[in-house]
Amino acid sequence: MTVKITDRAFDPYQEIQAYQNARTANIGAAGASSIFIGTMRDFNDGVGVTGMTLDYYPGMTEKQLEKIVTEAQSLWPVIDSLVIHRVGDILPHESIVLVAVWSSHRGDAFDATRYIMEALKSTVPFWKKERLVTEGERWVAHNTSGYKAG
Amino acid sequence: MSIKVFYFASLKDHVGRSEDDLTYTCLLTVKEVWTHVNADTALPGNTLAAVNMEYVEFDDMVNDGDVVAFFPPVTGG
Repeated sequence: MTVKITDRAFDPYQEIQAYQNARTANIGAAGASSIFIGTMRDFNDGVGVTGMTLDYYPGMTEKQLEKIVTEAQSLWPVIDSLVIHRVGDILPHESIVLVAVWSSHRGDAFDATRYIMEALKSTVPFWKKERLVTEGERWVAHNTSGYKAG
Repeated sequence: MSIKVFYFASLKDHVGRSEDDLTYTCLLTVKEVWTHVNADTALPGNTLAAVNMEYVEFDDMVNDGDVVAFFPPVTGG
């Protein structure tokens, strides 16, 4: 399990490749790799967004991320996992979050990835402040549920 | 007893500062910590609280040396 917070832009595909290349333990058992990448949009709630700042609670954020990944490992047979989340100033099209899970079978990999992502969205202390095309800034008030349409 | 209080995101803007130091002589709940350092500011209804970086309820007790944090709903990912 690896959890990283970074204030620099990252390429999720390079991160996955490097992490997978560095793994040596139990690599032959990992028949399924499930990957979620969250990317910053250039709009939200009907308004153009030119950038945003991601605030977080140093210490608690890492602690809560590790907690939900540990929970996922207790619920599904996860071989390994990699979670990376941006903080600081972000531009549209840049990656915000990467969740990658390696397991023996696709169902467990899909389910564990989904669990980590939904728990991250609802419990891990990050906060987005958007810079709007129409000038000004606004805090994003809340996240939507990923299990509901729209 | 001595308690450190942190505020994050929109709640930091709302109270106008990022932290407080509270010294008090008796045990307090999380809600009472807010009331003592924000006598003129009502606690927004959707506020979340943590003690020592773990989520807590507002009627949980706070101990000497604890770090209390108040913040709005999280919006990462």
